[in-house]
Amino acid sequence: MRSAIIVFPGSNRDRDMQLALRQASGQEPHMVWHKDTDMPEVDLIVVPGGFSYGDYLRAGAMGALSPAMRTVKERSGKGVPVLGVCNGFQILTEAGMLPGALMRNAGLKFICKQVHLRVESAQTVFTSGYAQGQVIRVPVAHNDGNYFADPDTLKHLEDRDLIAFRYVDAEGAESEGSNPNGSQMNIAGIYNESRTVLGLMPHPEDAIDPLHGGIEGKGLFHGLAQALN
Amino acid sequence: MTIPSTSITDAVVAEHGLKPDEYQVLLKIMGREPNLTELGIFSVMWSEHCSYKSSKRWLKTLPTEAPHVIQGPGENAGVIDIGEGLAAIFKIESHNHPSFIEPYQGAATGVGGILRDVFTMGARPIANLNALRFGSPDHPKTRHLISGVVGGIGGYGNCIGVPTVAGEVNFHPAYDGNILVNAMTVGLAKTDKIFYSAAAGPGNAVVYVGAKTGRDGIHGATMASKEFDEDSEEKRPTVQVGDPFTEKLLLEACLELMAKDCIVAIQDMGAAGLTSSSVEMAGKGGLGIELDLDKVPVRETGMTAYEIMLSESQERMLMIIKPGTEAEARAVFDKWDLDFAVIGVLTETGNIVLKKDGDVQAEIPLDPLVDAAPEYDRPHTPTPPSPMIETAEIPAPGSLGEALATLLSCPDMASRRWIWEQYDSLVMGDTVIGPGGDAALVRIQDTKRALAVTVDCTPRYVVADPAVGGAQAVAETWRNICATGAKPLAVTNNLNFGNPERPAIMGQIVGAVQGMGEACRALDYPVISGNVSLYNETEGKPILPTPVIGGVGLLEDVADACTIALKSDGNALVVIGQRSDTVDGWLGASIYLREIAGREAGAPPPLDLVRERKAGDLIRSLIGNGAVAACHDISDGGLLVTVAEMALASGKLGADVAVPSAETAHGWCFGEDQGRYVVETADPDSVIARSEAAGVPAARIGQVQAGDQLTGNGVALISLSELKTKHEAWLPAYMAAGA
Repeated sequence: MRSAIIVFPGSNRDRDMQLALRQASGQEPHMVWHKDTDMPEVDLIVVPGGFSYGDYLRAGAMGALSPAMRTVKERSGKGVPVLGVCNGFQILTEAGMLPGALMRNAGLKFICKQVHLRVESAQTVFTSGYAQGQVIRVPVAHNDGNYFADPDTLKHLEDRDLIAFRYVDAEGAESEGSNPNGSQMNIAGIYNESRTVLGLMPHPEDAIDPLHGGIEGKGLFHGLAQALN
Repeated sequence: MTIPSTSITDAVVAEHGLKPDEYQVLLKIMGREPNLTELGIFSVMWSEHCSYKSSKRWLKTLPTEAPHVIQGPGENAGVIDIGEGLAAIFKIESHNHPSFIEPYQGAATGVGGILRDVFTMGARPIANLNALRFGSPDHPKTRHLISGVVGGIGGYGNCIGVPTVAGEVNFHPAYDGNILVNAMTVGLAKTDKIFYSAAAGPGNAVVYVGAKTGRDGIHGATMASKEFDEDSEEKRPTVQVGDPFTEKLLLEACLELMAKDCIVAIQDMGAAGLTSSSVEMAGKGGLGIELDLDKVPVRETGMTAYEIMLSESQERMLMIIKPGTEAEARAVFDKWDLDFAVIGVLTETGNIVLKKDGDVQAEIPLDPLVDAAPEYDRPHTPTPPSPMIETAEIPAPGSLGEALATLLSCPDMASRRWIWEQYDSLVMGDTVIGPGGDAALVRIQDTKRALAVTVDCTPRYVVADPAVGGAQAVAETWRNICATGAKPLAVTNNLNFGNPERPAIMGQIVGAVQGMGEACRALDYPVISGNVSLYNETEGKPILPTPVIGGVGLLEDVADACTIALKSDGNALVVIGQRSDTVDGWLGASIYLREIAGREAGAPPPLDLVRERKAGDLIRSLIGNGAVAACHDISDGGLLVTVAEMALASGKLGADVAVPSAETAHGWCFGEDQGRYVVETADPDSVIARSEAAGVPAARIGQVQAGDQLTGNGVALISLSELKTKHEAWLPAYMAAGA
């Protein structure tokens, strides 16, 4: 799997992502500077976590307008899978590549902790490494992860099976207590219509090594590497 | 030359924090009356914050050398060799005064400042830590200060993408008017790529990079060198405003430039901004420096030389670059959209010369400015000894289980989850042990190694006996590092005290530094960097003496890392550092005495540094051999609290403790005798035999058991679920009550 990671000046999980992709694919990801519109041919594009341009405006709002994102949109239009994690998810919604928006966490504070996710759809290029309904433990670390969309969009996401991950408890049950940020319908990640774009708030790239205290994020990257090889 | 005339009256001198005799020295150096800019430069360079004038005499007594020390105190941060061609670079620094006035920005810029101190030496920061002290929870400002400080630390560290992995928080009314915010950064560099601040090469260009200079933070260093009074809030404009995104750019740009061969010397502009960076760089190099202030990138028009020199705007660096490298260096900063301006040149005059609008606005000889900085041997009276308090004088609790719950839910011991969940402790993907353990553990990429890092201080011990308290702070970091399996290598210290002009306070400083030095020598654990924050008083009320120690250790194989969580039903619990016939414990100056008996009194538990070292060496060897499954040092709250914390960390295992049937059992359970660890082991006989062979007493005190109960001799003390609820509840409930 050949991959590219978009590097904004404020990206800060670009190296974590680099490690995860390297580990899964055995290939070195291309690091693409935000000012560049050139990008080599790749099988996967990742928009990583961080604070793109500081995010003093709405998180991801400026990132969505960067030169590199023009290329991301163009490649995505041609069917190249795009993964946005945390700030990457925020940027993809701001860029109109995914519906809805990420608002300030309901608790009004940054939150960094381990959460449980339920894999809602294992039939995509991103989730083939997981079983349907599998519960995985990965961390979140964000200030603006409160997923919001209008009722029609939410219904559409649900009807078309476009919800990728939901926050659940360790037993896999949705509850208010298992929702770290107030997201509607406990949504942690969603797909676009063609399931070629995935945005999620949690960080599977920080759960790929026993030293992280868990390796349940690995499935995402290994699934991708197998599907895209 | 034209020097703008400003009348330098006694009042102007006093406003600049210079004492009349200090001003006389200044006049002698200058040979004439200074102008306002020159006075301002002397004022900040000779402030307590920059000159360490009250503490220097005592700081010199600390051990600073060891074979693994590459750079001791005197640089932006200290450097140690950690093998495989790598160095750990670290320092702790206070931002107490600004954080009290404007908690969010004060704490944020504290983090920003210490990060720059570390990356200016060529290191990529890999861990942030902090030591916080707040006033009584009942004080009306405390919630606001906690919320702001925690928000500021998180806001800065989370954005720049350096994990905040450990910290400590205490509450005490002595901090009502002076909170403490000490921030520590640990970075990683190659030993052959370390950058220093001493300028070299007359004619070399002086380059300013980073954010533009504004009018913020003027006189921050002088503010930090005075007591507070009721007008302190009017000093808000002296607090700087942080921009972590710009710092991220500066970090990446500096590291990118450092990979090339352009830099001769580099220093961040921290306290006293352009003044201290230019004076210190040229001064250390034995050179002169000439700056054209018209070339300094500024945020606003009409700034005077005085304002430009004294501004503490954040996210700026000063560099000396090699001849012919300007274009290459500029390209890096262009890439990161940061200002890059050649603002001056190194000279051989030995003077700092400042030009603006075509005129010389200041000219000061550097040697005397740096070397003649006042140094005081201030009068000091030793702290009178506190009485020893016997356990028999202290009432036993009605129930050990209830006492345990009270301790684990008191402000000083309740879970800090509410705080550390606001910090990104995982970014960079190298956090092996995050907040909530003994020391945090951060792995080093592409090696098997990991660094153990911790910050500690027990002010109630220091106030009762500064020498014991100073030594205990060192020993506590030593223990926390050993408990992960890592070898403690060096420390950084942050001396937070009241007004040194008062002999009793000076006595605390002297005592604490002596104790610290003694412990560092006994443990081969040198001090390689540090910071001093004095005048932490409001309306004559000083803080508790708080000499915070930040410790760093090395674990050669991260796979050996040990955590505090209990692992297996049936394993034995052994106390290392305690005899098997012990039925009592040291309750003087303990958390139990304060929280259960309502007394703050008594001498603190004594330290035996020889045994401390043996115990630490033994613990590391036991962990390295896989002889123990879990390890936790015994500190605040004593043995029973330690076992309870180990059970809580496991989330699923309880423990039975063999509480002695003696009238002093509460001393045994909650006494804070030093130099002890609780270990979990499948083979207690062998662990005890190895301890005794190493000259360290050890005793089997219980065992791990399945289920939700902590029991004493098989009788229920308290359920872990109840204990957990109480332990976790206090801080969130406290913060929510103010909303």
